[in-house]
Amino acid sequence: MNRFLLNIATGSVLIGLGTLAQAATLDDVKSKGHVQCGINTGLPGFAYKDNAGEWQGFDVDFCKAVGAAIFGNAGGVKYTNLTGATRFEALKSREIDLLSRNTTWTYSRDVDLKLTFVGVNYYDGQGFIAKKELGVSSASELNGASVCIQTGTTTELNLADFFRVNKMDYEPVPIENNEEARSNYLAGRCDVYTTDASGLAASRASFKNPDEHIVLPEIISKEPLGPLVRHGDDEWGDIVRWTLNALILAEEYGVDSSNVEALASGTDNPEINRMLGNEGEYGAMLGLDRDWVVNVIKATGNYSEIFDRNIGPDTPIGLSRGQNASYKDGGILYAPPFR
Amino acid sequence: MHLGAPQQMSKTATTERSDQAFRISDVWANKRSRSLIIQIIAVILLLTFIAWIVDNTIQNLSNLGVETGYGFLWDPANYDINQRLIDYTSRSPHARAALVGFLNTALVAVLGIVFATMIGFTAGVLRLSKNWLVAKLMTVYIEFTRNVPVLLHILLCYGIVVNSLPHPRVAAEPMSGFFLSNRGFYLPRPIFEDGSWPIAIAILVALVFVIWFAVHAKRVQNKTGVIYPVLPVSLVVIIVLPLLAYFFSENPVTVDWPELKGFNFVGGVAIKPEFFALWFALSIYTGAFIAEIVRGGILAVSHGQTEASYALGIKPSWTTRLIVLPQAMRVILPPLINQFLNLTKNSSLAIAVGYMDVTATIGRISLNQTGRALECMSILLSIYLAVSLLISALMNWCNRRISLVEH
Repeated sequence: MNRFLLNIATGSVLIGLGTLAQAATLDDVKSKGHVQCGINTGLPGFAYKDNAGEWQGFDVDFCKAVGAAIFGNAGGVKYTNLTGATRFEALKSREIDLLSRNTTWTYSRDVDLKLTFVGVNYYDGQGFIAKKELGVSSASELNGASVCIQTGTTTELNLADFFRVNKMDYEPVPIENNEEARSNYLAGRCDVYTTDASGLAASRASFKNPDEHIVLPEIISKEPLGPLVRHGDDEWGDIVRWTLNALILAEEYGVDSSNVEALASGTDNPEINRMLGNEGEYGAMLGLDRDWVVNVIKATGNYSEIFDRNIGPDTPIGLSRGQNASYKDGGILYAPPFR
Repeated sequence: MHLGAPQQMSKTATTERSDQAFRISDVWANKRSRSLIIQIIAVILLLTFIAWIVDNTIQNLSNLGVETGYGFLWDPANYDINQRLIDYTSRSPHARAALVGFLNTALVAVLGIVFATMIGFTAGVLRLSKNWLVAKLMTVYIEFTRNVPVLLHILLCYGIVVNSLPHPRVAAEPMSGFFLSNRGFYLPRPIFEDGSWPIAIAILVALVFVIWFAVHAKRVQNKTGVIYPVLPVSLVVIIVLPLLAYFFSENPVTVDWPELKGFNFVGGVAIKPEFFALWFALSIYTGAFIAEIVRGGILAVSHGQTEASYALGIKPSWTTRLIVLPQAMRVILPPLINQFLNLTKNSSLAIAVGYMDVTATIGRISLNQTGRALECMSILLSIYLAVSLLISALMNWCNRRISLVEH
């Protein structure tokens, strides 16, 4: 009975705290001294621990960028590792301030779950990986196959739709996270593993013999991945959104970590001047420092630097920019003007 | 006179008290009313507390703009389930996904309880064996199994099946038509065609006969002491009658053989590694606890009973079965109920190996795809509560049947 009462008491205190903490997220973040950022439990290239035990990756760098926008350096970030099944609850319950965990922007997540996707930082699509020895060259040959799938993801729903529409049978093998999916796939519990193509490339790179595995050419869905925040705090949403836009715009205007210091002292381009705090009071509008974009670029580099460092052609993941190139280079990455 | 004085005094005391108005402190001074008041206050506080929590939750949810309601249960679930006892497609509603999950939970719980009980009783009796090796082996099994978390057992079983058994393409075939692979064990499935009704009737007749025979044998034994061979006769009848019916009817049963087609085996009955790992791990884990309960129950029966039985010339196996176990059962049954409940609730660890039980379907995937956390959790809670109370009620009924009746 005592324990029961204690549980109730703890629970209600937590709920009570939830009510009290409805203050603006930015004030909250500033007073605790860090951004609590939700990331993957482990996905090479996107969120992984380096040899020093520090979290690195494409999604992690975005967390650092937001931290730098607020605190001036990349240090003001703490991470919470979340599975596909726990991520939204963590965000809704204010356990984290921001979710940067290769999450697909969908209607129901945006509208029904009351979350705000601030933009897209990676245009992805769902694909399949199979062992070469199976002799499969197209997803249309997968009738009767066992498919490893992470539960609680949009890929699970796309998979069901794909096989139903193509009138094929399959055996779904539900898996909790990417690590287990990989070990089950390698053990032969399933014939193919399906997830976002970027994730497949990342997983393939971590296999002992990547050449024995083939990523099938079909992309069966649109998976625009991006960072997201809760509904209800638009000011916080704006900070996260414009951090993302600043990263993309910096690449577009040729601002990177090597020249940002020099450019910050003034250029002929008014857009760069506005962005780097040389003209106008743009930082103050967000409640941030005048040179917040300079801090972001110094901490993480621009979009292309983040991409190349974590998942680009020179990394083991080896993803090309493809449709994630700037619109000027034939991609669809396009940020609104800094004005 | 001597007697009169105290009477007088007490009379005065009563009149004095009734003179004064009713005093609140008297209610408090009374032990019964005091404890009643304390209990009432405690209940009121508790209810207020719960009401406050519920109200707070609803308030917070509406502040967040989250709608609540069970309407989503009738929307298509949109995901597939690989292990199912009833028809289900990705177009079926969430409610049906919950039902599929519930049946999977029930399957693993029932089979788990049966197997765990078998293991438990065997190991419990054998641990008391006079054979040193057998007793020590059982001790090792029990101590190893019950001192490791059940989740590890489940993961271990699953890992062994998936990593050590061959791929379907090179599946082991221990018997013709039976296949072992890391995607599951495949067995032939009998299909009862239209002409198979004589077999059904034969099974029914056999069952009725066996029950009648058991009752009859018991009556005869009580009256005369003559013991009929109930078990052998029952087995023979249950096996022979349907077999006879099978041979006399025309081609009533066909067999669906499992066959490797493309990536996987098609047809037959498939026992998936996820189900096997969960069922086996839960059974051996719970079995170890049951073994200790059984051992305790047997040791609780006075040794004089055994000695008396031997003195009467009753052989050891009968002594165990007819004298010791029936008395031990009175000690065994109440903690056994706990173990059955534990096994049922532990089956919710299914998600660790991807077995689609009710926690995995409605409590996890549906929850995740719809974001209806409170609703899904409340459904899950009521299902487990209902199942546990049902098992508890059944077992308590058994317990009343076997407990000592004093005349």
